[in-house]
Amino acid sequence: MTTLNKINYLLHLADNALIIGHRCSEWCGHGPVLEQDIAISNIALDYIGQARNFYQYAAEIINSENDPSLGFVLPATEDSLAYLRDTPDFKNNLIVELPNGDWAVTTLRLFLFSTYQFYLYNQLVNDADTQLSAIAEKSLKEVTYHLRWSGDWVIRLGDGTEESKLKIEKAIEYLWPYTGEMFINNDDSISSDWNKKLSSIFHDATLTIPAKSWMQEGGLKGIHTEHLGYILAEMQYLQRAYPNSEW
Amino acid sequence: MSYSIIKLYYGDYGEAKNGAADISTNNTPKEEWPLWEIFIRSKQGLDHKHAGSLHAADAAMAIENARDVYTRRMEGVSIWAVESKYIHASVPEEAGSLYDPANDKAYRHPTFYDLPDEVKYM
Repeated sequence: MTTLNKINYLLHLADNALIIGHRCSEWCGHGPVLEQDIAISNIALDYIGQARNFYQYAAEIINSENDPSLGFVLPATEDSLAYLRDTPDFKNNLIVELPNGDWAVTTLRLFLFSTYQFYLYNQLVNDADTQLSAIAEKSLKEVTYHLRWSGDWVIRLGDGTEESKLKIEKAIEYLWPYTGEMFINNDDSISSDWNKKLSSIFHDATLTIPAKSWMQEGGLKGIHTEHLGYILAEMQYLQRAYPNSEW
Repeated sequence: MSYSIIKLYYGDYGEAKNGAADISTNNTPKEEWPLWEIFIRSKQGLDHKHAGSLHAADAAMAIENARDVYTRRMEGVSIWAVESKYIHASVPEEAGSLYDPANDKAYRHPTFYDLPDEVKYM
């Protein structure tokens, strides 16, 4: 792996965590019940923590290269990577930037994505890069809980009332075309493990897995949906309007 | 007359129909989830202590909610959840007959012994 590829890969992991963390944080104060509001805000904080670890590591490598032609603001920091890159620079999967929609979309998205993360981090734990494997190991515990929590919700909604089932079926239809992108550049084992987990949870939830279909992609290359720009506008406003401001 | 106000927040664009963060003033009665009492053990070897109560649809959700509500600052290593309706409580009106008789029996407290300084936590 070239150094630039390595940086881009770390940014991909960081952007995924940051953007889905931001989406989860949008529920803060709006959760359907107090307890779930706190649960999803906790999850948001876990993700922001993961993003920080990946950004810090990426910044370390960028600074040790110290090469302006790589196209990063120097010296790089976790903040410059999160707040001073534009939409086309972000390398997150499209699925994490989609709007929260209702509770069914939010929890299903979290389930689809954290299942993927679970198997990915399980693999990264054995990575030759010890810093990457350490971050993966720390994050894996958090993701294991996210997976359990969101999987429970998929089962509850799918095997719940007529209305809840209708809502989660709509959510599946909406999110499904964005699931394929997660497996680009990854081992086949991740996608087969993901499918197995999905089958078992959907079985308990009495839900049907959609047929194979055309999949959306582009996030890895910086081609995003219109939603990412709105997220960044809100997230980056303060740093861009008042550079280097602190709490 | 009833008003229905839909307040949109950032991230809700185009999603109003989906009901994202739909803060409407419709006072449709909702079925509440049952209440659970939560007990947390803060360290191995200590007792579970009552931490508070919360709403959850079932026991599994009660444990998960308790994890998120009561242990996020590393307060616990074990959680018990008991549905509140199964807790039997003493009646406040009977407090007099239940507790007052213990008031004037100082001899039940082991306060008449001289403790060596080495003995802690008594």
